[in-house]
Amino acid sequence: MSEIWQGLVKAIELIVTLDPEVMGIAGRSLAISVTATLFAGVICLPLGSLIHFNRFIGKRTLINLIQTFYSIPTVVVGLFVFLLFSRAGPLGGLNLLFTPTVMIIGQAMLITPVLLGLTISALSGVDKAIPETARSLGASDFQAVVVVLREARFAVIAAILLAFGRAISEVGLALMVGGNIRGFTRVFTTAISLETSKGDIELAIALGIILILIALIINIVLNRLQQR
Amino acid sequence: MPLIETVELCQKYDGRDILRNINLKVERGEVLALIGPTGAGKTTLLRLLDLLEMPSSGKIYFEGRDATQSKKVGFQMRKRMAFVIQKPIVFNASIYDNIACGLRWRGAEKSSLRQKVSTILEMIDLSAHQHRNARTLSGGEAQRVAIARAIVIEPEVLLLDEPTANLDPLSAAKIEELITSIIHQYGTTIVMATHDMSQGQRLANRIGVLINGEILQTGDPREVFTLPMSREVAEFVSTDNIIDGIIVSGEGGMVSVDIGGSKIIEAISGYPVGEEVSVCVRPENITLTLSKTTSSARNSFLGQITGVVSMGPLSRIEMDCGFRLVALVTRRSAEELALEKGKQVYATFKATAVHILRRN
Repeated sequence: MSEIWQGLVKAIELIVTLDPEVMGIAGRSLAISVTATLFAGVICLPLGSLIHFNRFIGKRTLINLIQTFYSIPTVVVGLFVFLLFSRAGPLGGLNLLFTPTVMIIGQAMLITPVLLGLTISALSGVDKAIPETARSLGASDFQAVVVVLREARFAVIAAILLAFGRAISEVGLALMVGGNIRGFTRVFTTAISLETSKGDIELAIALGIILILIALIINIVLNRLQQR
Repeated sequence: MPLIETVELCQKYDGRDILRNINLKVERGEVLALIGPTGAGKTTLLRLLDLLEMPSSGKIYFEGRDATQSKKVGFQMRKRMAFVIQKPIVFNASIYDNIACGLRWRGAEKSSLRQKVSTILEMIDLSAHQHRNARTLSGGEAQRVAIARAIVIEPEVLLLDEPTANLDPLSAAKIEELITSIIHQYGTTIVMATHDMSQGQRLANRIGVLINGEILQTGDPREVFTLPMSREVAEFVSTDNIIDGIIVSGEGGMVSVDIGGSKIIEAISGYPVGEEVSVCVRPENITLTLSKTTSSARNSFLGQITGVVSMGPLSRIEMDCGFRLVALVTRRSAEELALEKGKQVYATFKATAVHILRRN
Protein backbone atom coordinates (compact mmCIF):
# COMPACT_ATOMS: atom_id res chain seq x y z
CA MET A 1 0.00 0.00 0.00
CA SER A 2 2.79 2.38 0.96
CA GLU A 3 4.45 1.64 -2.36
CA ILE A 4 1.39 2.91 -4.23
CA TRP A 5 1.19 5.94 -1.99
CA GLN A 6 4.84 6.75 -2.57
CA GLY A 7 4.30 6.24 -6.26
CA LEU A 8 1.44 8.69 -6.21
CA VAL A 9 3.42 11.35 -4.38
CA LYS A 10 6.34 10.90 -6.75
CA ALA A 11 4.00 11.03 -9.72
CA ILE A 12 2.54 14.37 -8.64
CA GLU A 13 6.07 15.63 -8.16
CA LEU A 14 6.90 14.59 -11.74
CA ILE A 15 3.89 16.45 -13.05
CA VAL A 16 4.38 19.59 -10.96
CA THR A 17 8.07 19.85 -11.81
CA LEU A 18 7.23 19.38 -15.50
CA ASP A 19 9.56 16.39 -15.79
CA PRO A 20 11.00 16.41 -19.36
CA GLU A 21 10.36 12.69 -19.88
CA VAL A 22 6.71 12.96 -18.78
CA MET A 23 6.11 16.16 -20.73
CA GLY A 24 7.76 14.71 -23.82
CA ILE A 25 5.47 11.70 -23.79
CA ALA A 26 2.40 13.84 -23.09
CA GLY A 27 3.23 16.26 -25.91
CA ARG A 28 3.89 13.44 -28.37
CA SER A 29 0.69 11.62 -27.44
CA LEU A 30 -1.40 14.75 -27.88
CA ALA A 31 0.30 15.67 -31.16
CA ILE A 32 -0.24 12.22 -32.66
CA SER A 33 -3.85 11.81 -31.53
CA VAL A 34 -4.90 15.38 -32.38
CA THR A 35 -3.41 15.02 -35.85
CA ALA A 36 -5.10 11.65 -36.34
CA THR A 37 -8.44 13.15 -35.23
CA LEU A 38 -8.01 16.11 -37.58
CA PHE A 39 -7.29 13.80 -40.50
CA ALA A 40 -10.25 11.60 -39.67
CA GLY A 41 -12.43 14.71 -39.34
CA VAL A 42 -11.40 16.06 -42.71
CA ILE A 43 -12.39 12.73 -44.24
CA CYS A 44 -15.48 11.94 -42.17
CA LEU A 45 -17.39 15.24 -42.18
CA PRO A 46 -17.68 15.53 -45.98
CA LEU A 47 -18.06 11.77 -46.41
CA GLY A 48 -20.72 11.60 -43.70
CA SER A 49 -22.61 14.50 -45.35
CA LEU A 50 -22.35 12.76 -48.69
CA ILE A 51 -23.80 9.55 -47.26
CA HIS A 52 -26.52 11.38 -45.34
CA PHE A 53 -27.72 13.67 -48.12
CA ASN A 54 -27.73 11.15 -50.94
CA ARG A 55 -30.12 8.33 -51.54
CA PHE A 56 -28.53 5.17 -52.90
CA ILE A 57 -28.97 1.44 -52.84
CA GLY A 58 -27.35 -0.19 -49.83
CA LYS A 59 -27.28 2.98 -47.74
CA ARG A 60 -28.80 1.25 -44.72
CA THR A 61 -26.35 -1.64 -45.04
CA LEU A 62 -23.42 0.73 -45.33
CA ILE A 63 -24.45 2.57 -42.17
CA ASN A 64 -24.86 -0.77 -40.35
CA LEU A 65 -21.41 -1.78 -41.49
CA ILE A 66 -19.90 1.48 -40.27
CA GLN A 67 -21.58 1.01 -36.90
CA THR A 68 -20.22 -2.54 -36.67
CA PHE A 69 -16.71 -1.14 -36.90
CA TYR A 70 -17.29 1.18 -33.91
CA SER A 71 -15.95 -1.49 -31.60
CA ILE A 72 -13.27 -3.01 -33.76
CA PRO A 73 -10.40 -4.10 -31.46
CA THR A 74 -7.44 -1.78 -31.72
CA VAL A 75 -5.08 -4.70 -32.12
CA VAL A 76 -6.95 -5.79 -35.25
CA VAL A 77 -6.46 -2.37 -36.81
CA GLY A 78 -2.87 -2.56 -35.56
CA LEU A 79 -2.38 -5.90 -37.28
CA PHE A 80 -3.88 -4.56 -40.50
CA VAL A 81 -1.70 -1.44 -40.50
CA PHE A 82 1.35 -3.49 -39.55
CA LEU A 83 0.82 -5.85 -42.48
CA LEU A 84 0.20 -2.89 -44.77
CA PHE A 85 3.42 -1.10 -43.83
CA SER A 86 5.76 -3.98 -42.95
CA ARG A 87 8.68 -4.46 -45.27
CA ALA A 88 6.90 -7.20 -47.22
CA GLY A 89 3.57 -5.36 -47.24
CA PRO A 90 2.11 -3.34 -50.13
CA LEU A 91 3.23 -0.03 -48.57
CA GLY A 92 6.47 -1.38 -47.09
CA GLY A 93 8.53 0.67 -49.51
CA LEU A 94 7.50 3.86 -47.70
CA ASN A 95 9.54 2.78 -44.66
CA LEU A 96 6.95 4.18 -42.28
CA LEU A 97 6.65 1.34 -39.79
CA PHE A 98 7.59 2.36 -36.23
CA THR A 99 7.23 6.10 -36.94
CA PRO A 100 4.74 8.63 -35.54
CA THR A 101 3.36 8.98 -39.07
CA VAL A 102 2.14 5.40 -39.21
CA MET A 103 0.67 5.81 -35.73
CA ILE A 104 -1.33 8.79 -36.99
CA ILE A 105 -2.52 6.78 -39.98
CA GLY A 106 -3.46 3.86 -37.76
CA GLN A 107 -5.35 5.96 -35.21
CA ALA A 108 -7.16 7.83 -37.99
CA MET A 109 -8.26 4.47 -39.43
CA LEU A 110 -9.30 3.27 -36.00
CA ILE A 111 -11.58 6.23 -35.28
CA THR A 112 -12.97 6.73 -38.78
CA PRO A 113 -15.97 4.38 -38.28
CA VAL A 114 -16.99 6.07 -35.01
CA LEU A 115 -16.58 9.56 -36.38
CA LEU A 116 -18.32 8.72 -39.65
CA GLY A 117 -21.20 6.95 -37.95
CA LEU A 118 -21.73 9.63 -35.35
CA THR A 119 -21.52 12.37 -37.99
CA ILE A 120 -24.27 10.65 -39.96
CA SER A 121 -26.47 10.28 -36.89
CA ALA A 122 -25.76 13.90 -35.90
CA LEU A 123 -26.97 15.02 -39.33
CA SER A 124 -30.00 12.71 -39.15
CA GLY A 125 -30.95 14.44 -35.91
CA VAL A 126 -31.47 17.73 -37.72
CA ASP A 127 -35.06 18.56 -38.66
CA LYS A 128 -35.70 17.65 -42.30
CA ALA A 129 -37.31 21.06 -42.77
CA ILE A 130 -34.00 22.83 -42.09
CA PRO A 131 -32.30 22.16 -45.45
CA GLU A 132 -35.66 22.75 -47.13
CA THR A 133 -36.03 26.12 -45.41
CA ALA A 134 -32.52 27.08 -46.45
CA ARG A 135 -33.21 26.15 -50.07
CA SER A 136 -36.49 28.05 -50.03
CA LEU A 137 -34.55 31.15 -48.96
CA GLY A 138 -32.23 30.82 -51.93
CA ALA A 139 -29.41 28.65 -50.58
CA SER A 140 -27.61 26.44 -53.08
CA ASP A 141 -27.46 22.72 -52.36
CA PHE A 142 -23.97 23.16 -50.90
CA GLN A 143 -25.04 26.10 -48.73
CA ALA A 144 -27.97 24.03 -47.47
CA VAL A 145 -25.56 21.23 -46.45
CA VAL A 146 -23.46 23.76 -44.54
CA VAL A 147 -26.61 24.96 -42.75
CA VAL A 148 -27.40 21.40 -41.65
CA LEU A 149 -23.82 20.82 -40.49
CA ARG A 150 -24.01 24.03 -38.50
CA GLU A 151 -27.30 22.95 -36.96
CA ALA A 152 -25.67 19.66 -35.96
CA ARG A 153 -22.50 21.35 -34.74
CA PHE A 154 -22.76 20.33 -31.08
CA ALA A 155 -23.39 16.70 -31.91
CA VAL A 156 -20.57 16.77 -34.45
CA ILE A 157 -18.15 18.30 -31.95
CA ALA A 158 -19.18 15.64 -29.44
CA ALA A 159 -18.41 12.99 -32.06
CA ILE A 160 -14.98 14.49 -32.68
CA LEU A 161 -14.18 14.57 -28.97
CA LEU A 162 -15.28 10.95 -28.53
CA ALA A 163 -13.13 9.92 -31.48
CA PHE A 164 -10.17 11.77 -30.01
CA GLY A 165 -10.74 10.02 -26.70
CA ARG A 166 -10.63 6.64 -28.41
CA ALA A 167 -7.45 7.59 -30.29
CA ILE A 168 -5.47 8.82 -27.30
CA SER A 169 -6.46 6.00 -24.99
CA GLU A 170 -5.77 3.01 -27.20
CA VAL A 171 -2.64 0.98 -26.65
CA GLY A 172 -2.60 -2.05 -28.94
CA LEU A 173 -2.17 -0.19 -32.18
CA ALA A 174 0.40 2.28 -30.82
CA LEU A 175 2.50 -0.59 -29.57
CA MET A 176 2.26 -2.72 -32.70
CA VAL A 177 2.93 -0.09 -35.34
CA GLY A 178 4.75 2.54 -33.25
CA GLY A 179 7.06 0.19 -31.47
CA ASN A 180 7.25 2.24 -28.25
CA ILE A 181 10.59 3.79 -29.16
CA ARG A 182 11.72 6.11 -26.40
CA GLY A 183 11.67 9.75 -27.41
CA PHE A 184 10.19 8.92 -30.81
CA THR A 185 7.03 6.83 -30.73
CA ARG A 186 6.53 6.33 -27.01
CA VAL A 187 3.11 7.66 -25.98
CA PHE A 188 1.01 7.63 -22.80
CA THR A 189 -0.43 4.19 -23.11
CA THR A 190 2.65 2.36 -24.33
CA ALA A 191 4.77 4.08 -21.69
CA ILE A 192 2.37 3.18 -18.89
CA SER A 193 2.28 -0.43 -19.98
CA LEU A 194 6.08 -0.64 -20.24
CA GLU A 195 6.86 1.22 -16.99
CA THR A 196 4.37 -0.89 -15.07
CA SER A 197 5.95 -4.12 -16.24
CA LYS A 198 9.35 -2.66 -15.38
CA GLY A 199 8.12 -1.83 -11.89
CA ASP A 200 8.63 1.93 -12.38
CA ILE A 201 5.26 2.71 -10.83
CA GLU A 202 5.62 6.46 -10.30
CA LEU A 203 6.14 7.34 -13.98
CA ALA A 204 3.23 5.08 -14.92
CA ILE A 205 0.95 6.71 -12.35
CA ALA A 206 2.00 10.22 -13.41
CA LEU A 207 1.15 9.45 -17.04
CA GLY A 208 -2.08 7.78 -15.97
CA ILE A 209 -3.11 10.87 -14.01
CA ILE A 210 -2.46 13.14 -16.99
CA LEU A 211 -4.42 10.79 -19.25
CA ILE A 212 -7.35 10.82 -16.84
CA LEU A 213 -7.14 14.61 -16.63
CA ILE A 214 -7.40 14.82 -20.40
CA ALA A 215 -10.41 12.50 -20.33
CA LEU A 216 -11.93 14.68 -17.62
CA ILE A 217 -11.46 17.85 -19.66
CA ILE A 218 -13.07 16.19 -22.68
CA ASN A 219 -15.98 15.13 -20.52
CA ILE A 220 -16.50 18.60 -19.08
CA VAL A 221 -16.47 20.13 -22.56
CA LEU A 222 -18.91 17.45 -23.77
CA ASN A 223 -21.28 18.07 -20.89
CA ARG A 224 -21.19 21.79 -21.49
CA LEU A 225 -22.04 21.23 -25.15
CA GLN A 226 -24.91 18.90 -24.39
CA GLN A 227 -26.44 21.36 -21.98
CA ARG A 228 -26.69 24.05 -24.66
CA MET B 1 -46.91 39.06 -69.46
CA PRO B 2 -47.79 37.51 -66.10
CA LEU B 3 -44.95 37.20 -63.59
CA ILE B 4 -45.74 33.54 -63.03
CA GLU B 5 -47.78 31.30 -65.22
CA THR B 6 -48.44 27.62 -64.82
CA VAL B 7 -49.65 25.54 -67.74
CA GLU B 8 -51.36 22.18 -67.23
CA LEU B 9 -49.31 21.65 -64.10
CA CYS B 10 -49.65 18.18 -62.57
CA GLN B 11 -47.95 16.52 -59.65
CA LYS B 12 -48.12 12.89 -58.64
CA TYR B 13 -46.68 11.22 -55.56
CA ASP B 14 -46.41 7.43 -55.85
CA GLY B 15 -48.90 7.40 -58.69
CA ARG B 16 -51.44 9.42 -56.72
CA ASP B 17 -52.63 12.71 -58.25
CA ILE B 18 -51.90 15.61 -55.92
CA LEU B 19 -52.42 18.39 -58.44
CA ARG B 20 -54.28 18.19 -61.72
CA ASN B 21 -54.04 20.62 -64.64
CA ILE B 22 -53.30 23.77 -62.73
CA ASN B 23 -53.47 26.79 -64.99
CA LEU B 24 -52.72 29.82 -62.91
CA LYS B 25 -51.49 33.29 -63.73
CA VAL B 26 -49.96 35.58 -61.14
CA GLU B 27 -49.51 39.21 -62.12
CA ARG B 28 -46.72 41.35 -60.70
CA GLY B 29 -47.79 43.10 -57.49
CA GLU B 30 -50.90 41.07 -56.86
CA VAL B 31 -51.77 39.18 -53.74
CA LEU B 32 -53.23 35.80 -54.59
CA ALA B 33 -54.68 33.61 -51.89
CA LEU B 34 -55.03 29.90 -52.55
CA ILE B 35 -57.82 28.73 -50.35
CA GLY B 36 -58.98 25.20 -49.88
CA PRO B 37 -59.38 22.52 -47.28
CA THR B 38 -56.39 20.78 -45.71
CA GLY B 39 -54.91 18.25 -48.09
CA ALA B 40 -56.16 20.00 -51.21
CA GLY B 41 -52.64 20.39 -52.57
CA LYS B 42 -51.93 24.00 -51.59
CA THR B 43 -48.50 23.26 -50.12
CA THR B 44 -47.51 21.15 -53.12
CA LEU B 45 -48.52 23.96 -55.47
CA LEU B 46 -46.44 26.48 -53.51
CA ARG B 47 -43.48 24.09 -53.49
CA LEU B 48 -43.76 23.75 -57.25
CA LEU B 49 -43.98 27.52 -57.71
CA ASP B 50 -40.81 27.84 -55.62
CA LEU B 51 -39.17 25.14 -57.78
CA LEU B 52 -38.38 23.12 -54.66
CA GLU B 53 -39.70 20.15 -56.56
CA MET B 54 -40.28 19.47 -60.22
CA PRO B 55 -43.77 18.78 -61.59
CA SER B 56 -44.60 15.37 -63.03
CA SER B 57 -45.94 17.21 -66.07
CA GLY B 58 -46.77 20.74 -67.12
CA LYS B 59 -44.75 23.93 -67.12
CA ILE B 60 -44.07 26.87 -64.87
CA TYR B 61 -43.13 30.09 -66.61
CA PHE B 62 -41.39 32.82 -64.71
CA GLU B 63 -41.56 36.06 -66.70
CA GLY B 64 -42.18 33.94 -69.76
CA ARG B 65 -39.14 31.73 -69.19
CA ASP B 66 -39.64 28.02 -68.60
CA ALA B 67 -38.36 27.50 -65.06
CA THR B 68 -38.83 23.73 -65.16
CA GLN B 69 -36.36 23.17 -67.99
CA SER B 70 -33.41 22.43 -65.68
CA LYS B 71 -32.43 22.44 -62.02
CA LYS B 72 -30.07 25.33 -62.73
CA VAL B 73 -32.78 27.59 -64.16
CA GLY B 74 -35.05 26.53 -61.31
CA PHE B 75 -32.40 27.57 -58.80
CA GLN B 76 -31.96 30.95 -60.53
CA MET B 77 -35.70 31.54 -60.30
CA ARG B 78 -35.92 30.30 -56.73
CA LYS B 79 -33.33 32.90 -55.74
CA ARG B 80 -35.75 35.62 -56.82
CA MET B 81 -38.45 34.26 -54.53
CA ALA B 82 -38.80 33.49 -50.85
CA PHE B 83 -41.00 30.83 -49.34
CA VAL B 84 -42.19 30.78 -45.75
CA ILE B 85 -43.16 27.20 -44.98
CA GLN B 86 -46.04 26.38 -42.70
CA LYS B 87 -44.18 25.21 -39.61
CA PRO B 88 -42.01 28.15 -38.59
CA ILE B 89 -38.48 26.80 -38.68
CA VAL B 90 -35.70 28.96 -37.32
CA PHE B 91 -32.04 28.08 -37.44
CA ASN B 92 -30.18 27.44 -34.20
CA ALA B 93 -28.57 30.88 -34.30
CA SER B 94 -29.32 34.42 -33.19
CA ILE B 95 -32.36 36.24 -34.53
CA TYR B 96 -29.99 38.56 -36.39
CA ASP B 97 -28.15 35.69 -38.08
CA ASN B 98 -31.44 34.01 -38.96
CA ILE B 99 -32.61 37.08 -40.79
CA ALA B 100 -29.24 37.74 -42.39
CA CYS B 101 -28.78 34.26 -43.90
CA GLY B 102 -30.61 34.85 -47.19
CA LEU B 103 -28.59 38.00 -47.84
CA ARG B 104 -25.34 36.21 -46.99
CA TRP B 105 -26.13 33.42 -49.44
CA ARG B 106 -26.60 36.07 -52.09
CA GLY B 107 -23.21 37.57 -51.22
CA ALA B 108 -24.61 40.85 -49.93
CA GLU B 109 -22.20 43.57 -48.91
CA LYS B 110 -21.66 43.83 -45.15
CA SER B 111 -22.85 47.39 -44.61
CA SER B 112 -26.01 47.05 -46.71
CA LEU B 113 -26.71 43.69 -45.03
CA ARG B 114 -26.52 45.24 -41.58
CA GLN B 115 -28.75 48.12 -42.58
CA LYS B 116 -31.38 45.91 -44.22
CA VAL B 117 -31.47 43.49 -41.30
CA SER B 118 -31.93 46.26 -38.74
CA THR B 119 -34.75 47.82 -40.77
CA ILE B 120 -36.57 44.50 -40.81
CA LEU B 121 -35.87 43.85 -37.14
CA GLU B 122 -37.63 47.11 -36.35
CA MET B 123 -40.51 46.15 -38.57
CA ILE B 124 -41.09 42.91 -36.67
CA ASP B 125 -40.47 44.62 -33.36
CA LEU B 126 -37.62 42.34 -32.28
CA SER B 127 -34.66 44.78 -32.46
CA ALA B 128 -34.07 44.58 -28.73
CA HIS B 129 -33.69 40.79 -28.88
CA GLN B 130 -31.60 40.47 -32.04
CA HIS B 131 -28.79 38.59 -30.30
CA ARG B 132 -31.09 36.09 -28.64
CA ASN B 133 -31.11 32.56 -29.98
CA ALA B 134 -34.12 32.25 -32.28
CA ARG B 135 -34.89 28.80 -30.85
CA THR B 136 -36.08 30.47 -27.65
CA LEU B 137 -38.86 32.36 -29.44
CA SER B 138 -42.57 31.63 -29.15
CA GLY B 139 -44.47 30.30 -32.17
CA GLY B 140 -45.75 33.72 -33.18
CA GLU B 141 -42.36 35.36 -32.79
CA ALA B 142 -40.66 32.56 -34.71
CA GLN B 143 -43.15 33.02 -37.52
CA ARG B 144 -42.39 36.76 -37.56
CA VAL B 145 -38.69 35.96 -37.84
CA ALA B 146 -39.42 33.47 -40.61
CA ILE B 147 -41.35 36.08 -42.57
CA ALA B 148 -38.73 38.76 -41.89
CA ARG B 149 -36.02 36.36 -43.07
CA ALA B 150 -37.94 35.94 -46.31
CA ILE B 151 -38.69 39.59 -47.05
CA VAL B 152 -35.24 40.93 -46.15
CA ILE B 153 -33.93 39.55 -49.44
CA GLU B 154 -36.56 41.70 -51.18
CA PRO B 155 -37.97 38.81 -53.18
CA GLU B 156 -40.00 39.46 -56.28
CA VAL B 157 -42.43 36.81 -55.11
CA LEU B 158 -43.22 35.92 -51.54
CA LEU B 159 -44.82 32.52 -51.01
CA LEU B 160 -46.58 32.00 -47.70
CA ASP B 161 -47.95 28.65 -46.58
CA GLU B 162 -50.63 29.00 -43.91
CA PRO B 163 -48.81 31.90 -42.25
CA THR B 164 -51.09 31.95 -39.21
CA ALA B 165 -51.90 28.26 -38.77
CA ASN B 166 -51.31 27.01 -35.22
CA LEU B 167 -51.03 30.54 -33.84
CA ASP B 168 -53.16 32.12 -31.15
CA PRO B 169 -55.53 34.87 -32.40
CA LEU B 170 -53.33 37.68 -31.12
CA SER B 171 -50.17 36.37 -32.80
CA ALA B 172 -52.17 35.63 -35.94
CA ALA B 173 -53.41 39.23 -36.02
CA LYS B 174 -49.82 40.46 -35.69
CA ILE B 175 -48.73 38.28 -38.61
CA GLU B 176 -51.57 39.58 -40.75
CA GLU B 177 -50.59 43.12 -39.83
CA LEU B 178 -47.03 42.32 -40.89
CA ILE B 179 -48.18 40.89 -44.20
CA THR B 180 -50.35 43.96 -44.81
CA SER B 181 -47.42 46.28 -44.18
CA ILE B 182 -45.23 44.20 -46.53
CA ILE B 183 -47.87 44.59 -49.21
CA HIS B 184 -47.98 48.35 -48.69
CA GLN B 185 -44.26 49.00 -48.23
CA TYR B 186 -42.70 46.63 -50.73
CA GLY B 187 -45.49 45.92 -53.19
CA THR B 188 -44.24 42.33 -53.23
CA THR B 189 -46.17 39.83 -55.30
CA ILE B 190 -47.59 37.37 -52.82
CA VAL B 191 -49.03 33.91 -53.25
CA MET B 192 -50.36 32.58 -49.99
CA ALA B 193 -52.10 29.38 -49.04
CA THR B 194 -54.72 29.46 -46.36
CA HIS B 195 -57.63 27.37 -45.23
CA ASP B 196 -59.05 30.44 -43.51
CA MET B 197 -61.44 32.01 -46.00
CA SER B 198 -61.79 35.24 -44.12
CA GLN B 199 -58.02 35.66 -44.06
CA GLY B 200 -57.98 35.27 -47.82
CA GLN B 201 -60.68 37.90 -48.03
CA ARG B 202 -58.80 40.31 -45.77
CA LEU B 203 -55.39 40.07 -47.41
CA ALA B 204 -55.78 39.05 -51.01
CA ASN B 205 -56.99 40.87 -54.09
CA ARG B 206 -57.57 37.61 -55.91
CA ILE B 207 -58.56 34.20 -54.70
CA GLY B 208 -58.07 30.78 -56.17
CA VAL B 209 -60.09 27.93 -54.72
CA LEU B 210 -58.10 24.70 -54.72
CA ILE B 211 -60.05 21.58 -53.89
CA ASN B 212 -58.88 18.00 -54.44
CA GLY B 213 -55.88 19.11 -56.47
CA GLU B 214 -57.82 21.29 -58.89
CA ILE B 215 -58.37 25.02 -59.12
CA LEU B 216 -62.15 25.24 -59.26
CA GLN B 217 -62.54 28.99 -59.34
CA THR B 218 -60.47 32.15 -59.36
CA GLY B 219 -61.71 35.66 -58.97
CA ASP B 220 -61.82 38.61 -56.65
CA PRO B 221 -62.70 37.67 -53.09
CA ARG B 222 -66.23 39.09 -53.16
CA GLU B 223 -67.08 37.21 -56.30
CA VAL B 224 -65.77 33.89 -55.01
CA PHE B 225 -67.59 34.22 -51.74
CA THR B 226 -70.93 35.41 -53.03
CA LEU B 227 -71.03 33.69 -56.41
CA PRO B 228 -69.37 30.30 -56.09
CA MET B 229 -69.33 28.50 -59.41
CA SER B 230 -69.72 24.97 -58.14
CA ARG B 231 -71.16 23.08 -55.23
CA GLU B 232 -67.67 22.17 -53.95
CA VAL B 233 -66.67 25.83 -53.83
CA ALA B 234 -69.99 26.79 -52.27
CA GLU B 235 -69.57 24.14 -49.61
CA PHE B 236 -66.11 25.41 -48.83
CA VAL B 237 -66.83 29.14 -48.77
CA SER B 238 -70.10 28.79 -46.91
CA THR B 239 -70.82 25.36 -45.58
CA ASP B 240 -74.39 26.25 -44.59
CA ASN B 241 -77.57 26.52 -46.63
CA ILE B 242 -76.96 24.70 -49.87
CA ILE B 243 -80.35 23.33 -50.85
CA ASP B 244 -81.00 21.20 -53.95
CA GLY B 245 -84.04 21.86 -56.13
CA ILE B 246 -85.46 22.23 -59.66
CA ILE B 247 -86.43 25.45 -61.40
CA VAL B 248 -90.16 25.24 -61.95
CA SER B 249 -90.91 28.64 -63.39
CA GLY B 250 -89.01 31.66 -64.59
CA GLU B 251 -89.87 35.09 -65.86
CA GLY B 252 -87.78 38.22 -66.38
CA GLY B 253 -84.76 36.85 -64.62
CA MET B 254 -86.78 35.80 -61.58
CA VAL B 255 -87.05 32.05 -61.04
CA SER B 256 -88.89 29.81 -58.62
CA VAL B 257 -87.02 26.80 -57.33
CA ASP B 258 -88.97 23.82 -56.02
CA ILE B 259 -86.91 22.42 -53.17
CA GLY B 260 -89.36 19.64 -52.34
CA GLY B 261 -92.06 19.45 -49.71
CA SER B 262 -94.03 22.04 -51.70
CA LYS B 263 -91.53 24.71 -50.71
CA ILE B 264 -90.53 27.28 -53.27
CA ILE B 265 -87.53 29.62 -53.10
CA GLU B 266 -87.50 32.65 -55.38
CA ALA B 267 -84.24 33.85 -56.78
CA ILE B 268 -82.57 35.85 -59.55
CA SER B 269 -81.13 33.55 -62.19
CA GLY B 270 -80.90 33.01 -65.91
CA TYR B 271 -81.17 29.23 -65.81
CA PRO B 272 -84.10 27.70 -67.72
CA VAL B 273 -87.10 25.87 -66.31
CA GLY B 274 -86.37 22.23 -65.54
CA GLU B 275 -82.73 22.88 -64.63
CA GLU B 276 -81.48 20.99 -61.57
CA VAL B 277 -79.87 23.53 -59.29
CA SER B 278 -78.50 24.14 -55.81
CA VAL B 279 -79.71 27.18 -53.90
CA CYS B 280 -77.11 28.97 -51.75
CA VAL B 281 -78.10 31.46 -49.09
CA ARG B 282 -75.42 33.02 -46.89
CA PRO B 283 -76.49 32.71 -43.23
CA GLU B 284 -75.80 36.38 -42.53
CA ASN B 285 -78.38 37.37 -45.17
CA ILE B 286 -81.25 35.72 -43.33
CA THR B 287 -83.42 37.82 -41.02
CA LEU B 288 -85.30 36.21 -38.14
CA THR B 289 -88.59 37.56 -36.77
CA LEU B 290 -91.22 36.24 -34.43
CA SER B 291 -94.20 37.20 -36.60
CA LYS B 292 -94.63 37.24 -40.35
CA THR B 293 -93.32 40.53 -41.75
CA THR B 294 -94.69 42.50 -44.66
CA SER B 295 -91.24 43.30 -46.04
CA SER B 296 -90.41 43.18 -49.74
CA ALA B 297 -88.30 40.07 -49.23
CA ARG B 298 -89.65 37.31 -51.40
CA ASN B 299 -88.74 34.33 -49.30
CA SER B 300 -90.15 33.76 -45.84
CA PHE B 301 -90.41 30.40 -44.07
CA LEU B 302 -91.77 29.43 -40.69
CA GLY B 303 -89.43 27.13 -38.87
CA GLN B 304 -88.57 25.66 -35.53
CA ILE B 305 -85.21 26.38 -33.93
CA THR B 306 -83.19 23.20 -33.47
CA GLY B 307 -80.06 24.74 -32.05
CA VAL B 308 -78.47 28.00 -30.93
CA VAL B 309 -74.67 28.30 -30.84
CA SER B 310 -73.05 31.42 -29.45
CA MET B 311 -70.03 32.53 -31.50
CA GLY B 312 -68.67 35.61 -29.72
CA PRO B 313 -70.65 38.62 -30.92
CA LEU B 314 -72.77 36.45 -33.22
CA SER B 315 -75.21 33.62 -32.68
CA ARG B 316 -75.68 30.78 -35.12
CA ILE B 317 -79.28 29.66 -35.29
CA GLU B 318 -80.16 26.31 -36.82
CA MET B 319 -83.75 25.81 -37.92
CA ASP B 320 -86.00 23.20 -39.42
CA CYS B 321 -88.26 24.90 -41.98
CA GLY B 322 -89.12 21.63 -43.66
CA PHE B 323 -85.55 21.89 -44.84
CA ARG B 324 -82.48 22.77 -42.80
CA LEU B 325 -81.64 26.46 -42.64
CA VAL B 326 -78.89 28.26 -40.72
CA ALA B 327 -78.91 31.95 -39.89
CA LEU B 328 -76.35 34.22 -38.29
CA VAL B 329 -77.70 37.02 -36.10
CA THR B 330 -76.04 39.30 -33.60
CA ARG B 331 -76.04 37.98 -30.07
CA ARG B 332 -77.99 41.05 -29.02
CA SER B 333 -80.88 40.38 -31.37
CA ALA B 334 -80.83 36.70 -30.42
CA GLU B 335 -81.31 37.81 -26.81
CA GLU B 336 -84.00 40.37 -27.70
CA LEU B 337 -85.98 37.76 -29.62
CA ALA B 338 -85.23 35.23 -26.86
CA LEU B 339 -84.22 32.68 -29.49
CA GLU B 340 -83.93 29.22 -28.06
CA LYS B 341 -84.37 25.64 -29.06
CA GLY B 342 -87.97 24.72 -29.92
CA LYS B 343 -89.10 28.30 -30.60
CA GLN B 344 -90.97 29.10 -33.83
CA VAL B 345 -89.53 31.89 -35.99
CA TYR B 346 -89.90 33.30 -39.48
CA ALA B 347 -86.72 33.20 -41.59
CA THR B 348 -86.79 35.79 -44.33
CA PHE B 349 -84.37 36.55 -47.17
CA LYS B 350 -84.47 38.47 -50.42
CA ALA B 351 -84.45 36.89 -53.84
CA THR B 352 -81.25 38.82 -54.53
CA ALA B 353 -79.56 37.17 -51.54
CA VAL B 354 -79.94 33.78 -53.20
CA HIS B 355 -77.20 32.40 -55.42
CA ILE B 356 -78.18 29.66 -57.85
CA LEU B 357 -75.72 26.98 -58.90
CA ARG B 358 -76.27 24.49 -61.65
CA ARG B 359 -75.85 20.90 -60.49
CA ASN B 360 -73.73 18.70 -62.72
